[in-house]
Amino acid sequence: MIGRNLAIAAAIIALAAVPYAIREPYYVNVASQILLYAIFALGLNILVGYAGLVSLGHAGLFGVASYAVASLLAAGFGHTIAIVGALVVGLTFTAGFAALALRATGISFIMITLALGEILWGLAYRWISLTNGDNGINVSGRPKPFGIALTSANAFYDATLIIFLVAVAAVAIFVRSPFGATLCGTRDQPRRMNALGYHVWMIRFGAFMFSGLLTSVAGVLFVYYNEFISPQTLALTASAEALLMVISGGAGTLLGPIVGAALVVIMKNVVSAYVVRWNFMLGAIFVAIVIFMPEGLVPGAARLFRSAVRMMSRSKPVPVVERMS
Amino acid sequence: MTALAVRDLSKSFGGLRVTTNVNLAVEPGERRLIIGPNGAGKTTLFNLITGELRPDSGSIQLFGQDITGAATRKRAHLGMARTYQIITLFPRDTILRNAMLALLGLSPLRWNPWLPLHRQQHLLDEAHAALGRVGLDRIAERPLAETSYGEKRRVEIAMALAQNPKVLLLDEPFAGLSIDERRDVSRLLAAIPREVTIVMIEHDMDTALDLADRITLLHFGEVIVEGTRAEVVANPRTREVYLGE
Repeated sequence: MIGRNLAIAAAIIALAAVPYAIREPYYVNVASQILLYAIFALGLNILVGYAGLVSLGHAGLFGVASYAVASLLAAGFGHTIAIVGALVVGLTFTAGFAALALRATGISFIMITLALGEILWGLAYRWISLTNGDNGINVSGRPKPFGIALTSANAFYDATLIIFLVAVAAVAIFVRSPFGATLCGTRDQPRRMNALGYHVWMIRFGAFMFSGLLTSVAGVLFVYYNEFISPQTLALTASAEALLMVISGGAGTLLGPIVGAALVVIMKNVVSAYVVRWNFMLGAIFVAIVIFMPEGLVPGAARLFRSAVRMMSRSKPVPVVERMS
Repeated sequence: MTALAVRDLSKSFGGLRVTTNVNLAVEPGERRLIIGPNGAGKTTLFNLITGELRPDSGSIQLFGQDITGAATRKRAHLGMARTYQIITLFPRDTILRNAMLALLGLSPLRWNPWLPLHRQQHLLDEAHAALGRVGLDRIAERPLAETSYGEKRRVEIAMALAQNPKVLLLDEPFAGLSIDERRDVSRLLAAIPREVTIVMIEHDMDTALDLADRITLLHFGEVIVEGTRAEVVANPRTREVYLGE
């Protein structure tokens, strides 16, 4: 227990030290992106990993929250109202998504979420009076919580890190809670859960709302990070990318989506500077993950580590006498 | 008052009538055995009683309360528990956690998203007690995937008993068990107190007959014979459709 707490403390200190270690604002911004996409992936993982419901429309929810911030700011409201309003709008759309998509599971659920995500993308693209269409909406200025300006890359990273840590803690607590256990139960054996007295639909709805909340938080961070929002954010490829983060890192694990988010963001922003066909490389990496670690990077690495430890201990020669006793 | 009353229950899948005007009246504390050849509609009857299927007509009452239209989860809260013929457990969890999920199902705690489940001492104690009743407490921490088929059967029963049901529906509790395991499960079922009413589907006549007070014989979705053990076994229709003698 003490060892685990120490590891957590060390990880937090290491994350807080990242901007001082890399200095270059460009890379600090990449780190901020990793954290905000990790929040998105953590949210999606609630559905994909713990509820067993694969959503291909989450970029729609992410984008709706972003557009809500941009629109509210453009309408002259302050940052507080814009942020709270965006979360309310994000959760409202999540409830709509859930009400429609939870009529089904499996492939049908994927198709409904995909269709809903595409509708939001289409609206962002075509409802020009509201969204400015293809030109997108510019956001001028980031909020100043407690009077601290978030204009510099470092300050924005620190703010994102705090929200990220809260999100990770919330998911960790949720997963170990009775509700988290029942959610996993509805993933593995919905029929039995129903017979045991659980309201399976309501459990899934609750999980969807939690997922939508984290997604909306990420969407708000995204629009302040970029200070711009366009329909591209809601595109199907963005939903697929988030899903790849979850699956490549390890669905149904706490750290998996974070590792997956880091992988995708680094490929997109760092490797793309050196390799023109970075998309090809990302694809190759995913194929390799699927072949060698189908359960994802985090559980896969844990498995390799365990078997390596076992190999090491087995290779030690055991004295015959000891073996006999 | 009748514990479980089924009146004129019918269900068709398309043109196939799987349950035809079935009537059952199971008294409190009774052990009722439902027998019948494959495809007689025994499991369908269970699915109708638990609400996993909706009947086309007829009614179901639990201790006088009409539950015909009640959701399956509601029936669990009213004191109905079941086991499945095909083992339906949580394969990724330990035996203990399976039992805890059964207990949590009837507890308001199930909606709580922040308390750590593994520190809920009263749930843990109750889960250990439920597993103790079926002799699995010793291996409570074992992952379900590493248990034998016979142990899984007992987990099924432990989970149903953990809910402290008034009416317990057992769907072939002896299916796939060895002779020794059958004897163990049979003892375990015999030890269930009479406060619990039991309705049991079973193919294994030798083991099941000893446990039963009354027997209902189903054939093509209809009740053919009903009565005490001696009456049903002596009835020529039983021999005709079931015993094949």
